[in-house]
Amino acid sequence: MKLTVNGETRDLDIEPDTPLLWAIREELELQGTKYGCGIGMCGACTVMIDGVATRSCVTPVDGLESAEITTIEAIETDPVGARVVEAWVKHEVAQCGYCQSGQVMATVAMLRENPRATAEDAAYAISNLCRCGTYNAIDAALADLTSKA
Amino acid sequence: MHDHARPTPDTPFPAARTSDLSRLAAAETARIEAAAGAPVKLSRRLFMGAAGLTLAVALAPRASRAQDAAGAAPGASLSAFLDIRPDGTVELRSPFVEGGQGIHTAMAQLVAEELDLDIAAMEVVTAPAGTDYQILGGMRMTGGSSSVRGGHMTMRRLGAAARSMLIDAAAEKLGVPAGELTTRPGEVAHEASGRALPYGELAGAASLGEVPADVTLKQDGFRYIGARVPRMDLRDKSTGKARYGIDSTVPDMLHAAVRHAPRRGMAPEAPANQAEVEAMRGVHSVHLLPDAVAVCAERWYLARRAVEALEISWTEGEAERPMPADFSSAAFRQALDAADGESAEAEAKGDALGALAGAGTVIEATYTAPMLVHGQLEPPSAIASFDADGGLELNMPNQAPEMFQAAAAAMTGLAPEKITVVSPGLGGFFGRHFPYADSNPWPQAVTLARATGRPVKVLWTREEEFLRDAMRPVGHAKFRAALDADGMPVALAADLVGEGPTGRWWGAPPGKDGSAVEGVTGKPYAIPNVRVGQRFVANPAAIGYWRSVGHSMHDYFYESFLDELALAGGKDPMALRRALLADNPRLIALLDAVETLSGGWRPGPYEMEGTTRARGLAMASPFGSEVATIAEVSLDAGQVRAHRIWVAIDPGSAVNPSTIEAQVRGAVALGLSQTLLEEVVYEGGEPLARNFDMYQILSRDMMPAVEVAIVESGAPMGGIGEPGLPGVGGAVANAAATLTGVRARATPLINVDFTSQG
Ligand code: FES
Ligand code: FES
Repeated sequence: MKLTVNGETRDLDIEPDTPLLWAIREELELQGTKYGCGIGMCGACTVMIDGVATRSCVTPVDGLESAEITTIEAIETDPVGARVVEAWVKHEVAQCGYCQSGQVMATVAMLRENPRATAEDAAYAISNLCRCGTYNAIDAALADLTSKA
Repeated sequence: MHDHARPTPDTPFPAARTSDLSRLAAAETARIEAAAGAPVKLSRRLFMGAAGLTLAVALAPRASRAQDAAGAAPGASLSAFLDIRPDGTVELRSPFVEGGQGIHTAMAQLVAEELDLDIAAMEVVTAPAGTDYQILGGMRMTGGSSSVRGGHMTMRRLGAAARSMLIDAAAEKLGVPAGELTTRPGEVAHEASGRALPYGELAGAASLGEVPADVTLKQDGFRYIGARVPRMDLRDKSTGKARYGIDSTVPDMLHAAVRHAPRRGMAPEAPANQAEVEAMRGVHSVHLLPDAVAVCAERWYLARRAVEALEISWTEGEAERPMPADFSSAAFRQALDAADGESAEAEAKGDALGALAGAGTVIEATYTAPMLVHGQLEPPSAIASFDADGGLELNMPNQAPEMFQAAAAAMTGLAPEKITVVSPGLGGFFGRHFPYADSNPWPQAVTLARATGRPVKVLWTREEEFLRDAMRPVGHAKFRAALDADGMPVALAADLVGEGPTGRWWGAPPGKDGSAVEGVTGKPYAIPNVRVGQRFVANPAAIGYWRSVGHSMHDYFYESFLDELALAGGKDPMALRRALLADNPRLIALLDAVETLSGGWRPGPYEMEGTTRARGLAMASPFGSEVATIAEVSLDAGQVRAHRIWVAIDPGSAVNPSTIEAQVRGAVALGLSQTLLEEVVYEGGEPLARNFDMYQILSRDMMPAVEVAIVESGAPMGGIGEPGLPGVGGAVANAAATLTGVRARATPLINVDFTSQG
């Protein structure tokens, strides 16, 4: 089947029930998208499907042939994405970093919808888990981003 | 009282390999610091090795390393640690693994400071297994909050020695006395003639030069030490470029997925549909392991799909530590409570039992804390590959390469030097990645690599990880204390019932296992009569180190009980602690700092933003640092909500304040997570939760605003990665008690009904 990821369309020989996460990681060898729980709880696998933040571990590739999929590898090509990355670096958000691809993707998707999202909005809109506890730094980065919006 | 029970050099277990390593590292730090300021004597014999020191090793680093490795003491071989490349960039091989705690940046700061190099020219990688890197008293690990305090002087000496050799090489080249030369970042300068030579051009000659017999460390004018140097990994970790164990590959490898026996000690029977599964897409082979089934395939998700499809029945098998079929965490808690065996003394002063026997007012309470999983977000994985000569490479998340090397040598019969350990960046660790026998995936990878004749990468699903994690043990403490007529505590006795990971994995006997008692031992309060003991009861589950180890629960027990004593004695919790610390200016200053940070001590309850709030206070003395924590909580639909948490931390001195603040915030998050939410529940020998759906961890909407004050008292350097955690439980539970009148003597607080009284 065909899959369009980061603007590039590839023909993949995979079963339709293959989780998008594993198509991305193993077939396309884009490893910035992470596996944390596999059941949609943690958000480490967050990608954008047609601009909507989506947990790729519980999303089968079936039906995605015409979708535009964006992963962390392409996030800086998006103007909002580039700003989010800069804010993440400036506020020294990442610790182990394992959740941060997903945090960045979820934040970019939210800010595209709502450029003035507050920390409170985000607390309910974004349920990505961070075991290193970087939530304060994420909020600081977000506040910085939305104050300029 | 700080000098609480800990292994001494003549105790029969490897003292250094314990959470008590923190003490050892602190002693080492103190010893080295005593020498700082004066030129540090470097033994020539140790520093040079047999064939002379090689510094310019960029062209053939491995060969050069081998040359001076012979006979060098850990931390003494420059070329084991540093490559100064012709382009002036420097590779530093860190003994410590990066997992978000900022250790690679800290190591770079220390070396760059003394070497006089722009830190941007430094690249840090994790060193392979090898004796050169066992710089913590002859051992090596990334844990016990020991890396900076145990390694900082070694790194500074290395940087200073390299700088001195570069100056000598420049003196030779320029034909001027070394005394006329200075350095500027990345170059040696001769001010008088206006000439300068970059390090990259000097490294080759420097490697042939004289090794300094001693080096002088910088006294002042620090550029990097104590500065807010941004961590070097931030951009890669914000753009998906950072690589972890889960991303590691080796050529021609197979991927393996496993299913573990639901109860440890069970064995799989041959699956009824094995042939069918073997015929599934991408499947290479199906394997029965002692307590698991595995499928090897060309893709991991195909391996997983296949292993899930296997029809397995499990029977009683062979295991060193089988989990009893009737084990439940609730019954185990009752068994701990009922245990009446001997209490091995871990700490004593005065006559606590005598004082309690004759006391008018005796307060008693029992505290418990459950088992916890580590929940590091990256699930464990391991790659095993054998080479043509029978050598083995293990590529896996780990906090202690040489310990895994030794364990792999024991399993395979290979000599340790035939085993290479590659240590990728860690997607969280918190104590998860020590060698805990079958709680790590590498033995499965070795078995499967042997069986298939190909390199094999095993990746555990979260569900399989929850079945095999080495958990934070159950904590159980029975306290008794006596108050005098003025309401001041005069005697305190505590028995910690259960088993600690240091006893489990390193044989520390009860009374000498710091991990089983720390946080009830080592408290700084001037209570004249104290006795703390451990009543050993074996825990049938796999147990391990969890961020801040015993402190993760014991300080909560103690600080909550201390608040109970304050209440019984009619004292304010802050006033009582100040009275008990009157002779300890360092801790009075710390209490002042946390009070100031929080805007003044204000226990409450009080109204704020439509909620009724109260504050609680707790202190802790973990891993060589001192911490005072205040938490502000309210009740939200019957559950405790933490709004703000203030932490004053005194690590003695600070290398990177930004990292310290980040580590404290992260530790507070983990401490709050376990205090409010986390609990591993066993029934019928099996854990009920197999993933984050049934095992809730702290989410963003529960995160309080954390403010951190760093106090540099100048005391010997303490740890940073763990100390922010132990104060949280006590501070939150004490705040909740002030708010509701309900004293929570067990975590997680989600199980406590705070509306029942008060
Ligand atoms: S891996 Fe997809 S939500 Fe956790
Ligand atoms: S940075 Fe480690 S899990 Fe979020």
